[in-house]
Amino acid sequence: MTFGKNLITFNTIVRKEIVRFTRIWPQTLLPSIITMALYFVIFGKFIGSQIGDINNITYMQFIVPGLIMMPVITNSYSNVVSSFFSSKFQRSVEELLVSPTPDYLIILGYICGGVIRGIIVGIGVSITSLLFEPLTIHSPGFVVLYITLTSVLFSLAGFMNAVLAKKFDDISIIPAFVLTPLTYLGGIFYSINLLPPFWKTLSRFNPILYMVNGFRYGLLGISDVNIFFGVGISLFFIAALFLSNLYLLKKGVGLKR
Amino acid sequence: MKALSISNLYKTYQGGVIALKGISFDVEKGDFFALLGPNGAGKSTAIGIISSLINKTGGTVRIFGKDIDTKSNEAKTHVGLVPQEFNCNIFERVTDIVVNQAGYYGIHRKVAMARAEYFLKKLGLWRKRSEVSQTLSGGMKRRLMIARALIHHPQLLILDEPTAGVDVETRRDMWSFMTELNQEGTTIILTTHYLEEAERLCRNVAIIDRGEIIENTSVKRLLSKLDKETFVLETRTPVNNPKPMEGYSIMQEDDGTLKIEVYKRQNMNDIILHLHNQGIEILSIRNISGRLEELFLNLVNKE
Repeated sequence: MTFGKNLITFNTIVRKEIVRFTRIWPQTLLPSIITMALYFVIFGKFIGSQIGDINNITYMQFIVPGLIMMPVITNSYSNVVSSFFSSKFQRSVEELLVSPTPDYLIILGYICGGVIRGIIVGIGVSITSLLFEPLTIHSPGFVVLYITLTSVLFSLAGFMNAVLAKKFDDISIIPAFVLTPLTYLGGIFYSINLLPPFWKTLSRFNPILYMVNGFRYGLLGISDVNIFFGVGISLFFIAALFLSNLYLLKKGVGLKR
Repeated sequence: MKALSISNLYKTYQGGVIALKGISFDVEKGDFFALLGPNGAGKSTAIGIISSLINKTGGTVRIFGKDIDTKSNEAKTHVGLVPQEFNCNIFERVTDIVVNQAGYYGIHRKVAMARAEYFLKKLGLWRKRSEVSQTLSGGMKRRLMIARALIHHPQLLILDEPTAGVDVETRRDMWSFMTELNQEGTTIILTTHYLEEAERLCRNVAIIDRGEIIENTSVKRLLSKLDKETFVLETRTPVNNPKPMEGYSIMQEDDGTLKIEVYKRQNMNDIILHLHNQGIEILSIRNISGRLEELFLNLVNKE
């Protein structure tokens, strides 16, 4: 297909995704914002007031970037995994498979849907955080870069989960047993400099740590890790996941008999 | 030009089930082609491979000369598929389903909206355009899948049991719509268990059984193999045990109805004359042979 036709196809998939998650916004957009508001109240106000400063900033300020990043991760992941798996389950994915849509466009379309939902929720949580703490932006470039890279990466991961999943249980296992622990242990609520050496070293193997810290650098100008290394890690995982998804689609794994 | 050319097509599923054992057949451009076979014969597997939903194990498939391996996307642009089972998103609106499908073929939304209106009106779904697909009746769901399959104006339309489970009126409407499409130049491949449907609509036929093509010819030629036809005769006055006639089978159904079997080599006039000579006046004659059905059963059972 020509570039123009590909663009129409891409827009169609993205539009369909946006229509889907906005139609059910009480399920897709609202819960994260309410949950994060509770985190701000409980961890930021109630508990945070009892905790001293970290790197010369208040605890509330410290956790805001991570609490914005957390729903970006979960929403971009869950948007793609639930949307693509349900289209597999209902077999409506065949609409795409019989069409001349190139595999990479299927991935990009779904990923874009996940990124848009992740960013909308991220903006919603950011606005909510203003009720508790003024938002400072140290480096807008890093804010945009990290939020985009993170949502792309987790959308791609969600896509892979959806392709490989055979039943509904399979799409909840990874978020529950992998994504949530890694997110909570990704330096949202604490600086890894406070950890004993072993746990500090182990934390460095958690990719979410780099994303949370990169985003925190964008907002506050502080980070526990090298922010450029974080960009590199994200790009590496994005490339690896994109190519893996492309391979799975080409082979028809989980989609074609 | 051949709309579809299948050569030596094999499919073995994981677990070792062999669905297709090297089938080959061609469908000419503009044809109305029936692909028949009992359940589990391999029809849906063949259709799945043609429409890129199933990976083949071996062989080649060309759609309007485009190999589905090397020119997959070009081949796909020619095909419209109406699958056996409903596979639309049940939460999507009727119009969105059809218009989005056009988008997957790179058709501009404005053009797609106009086409969707045409097909939805043509298929009697326009009133339902804003409803989500799960609220449609069975017949409407089938028609929605037809509208979706036609939105990109495919040259080859594959209908996998399109009239299964629909009422008589809808079936007849669909028949006339399919005929109209074919007359406008669309090549149609039809699978069906209603052999009357295939006999009525199709020009050529392939019969597949246990993964092999056991017959591939024109419907006319296939019907010419039919050895015997059965007729029901209504008589003006009650009949009581008509005299038998050598070489013919005459059965009395009830007072005013006779059933006769006429072999190809026999003459219908002879038996009518035989009955007339007994004073039996015939009001009407009706052929009740499921002609293609009989042949189909003979072929499949023979195998």
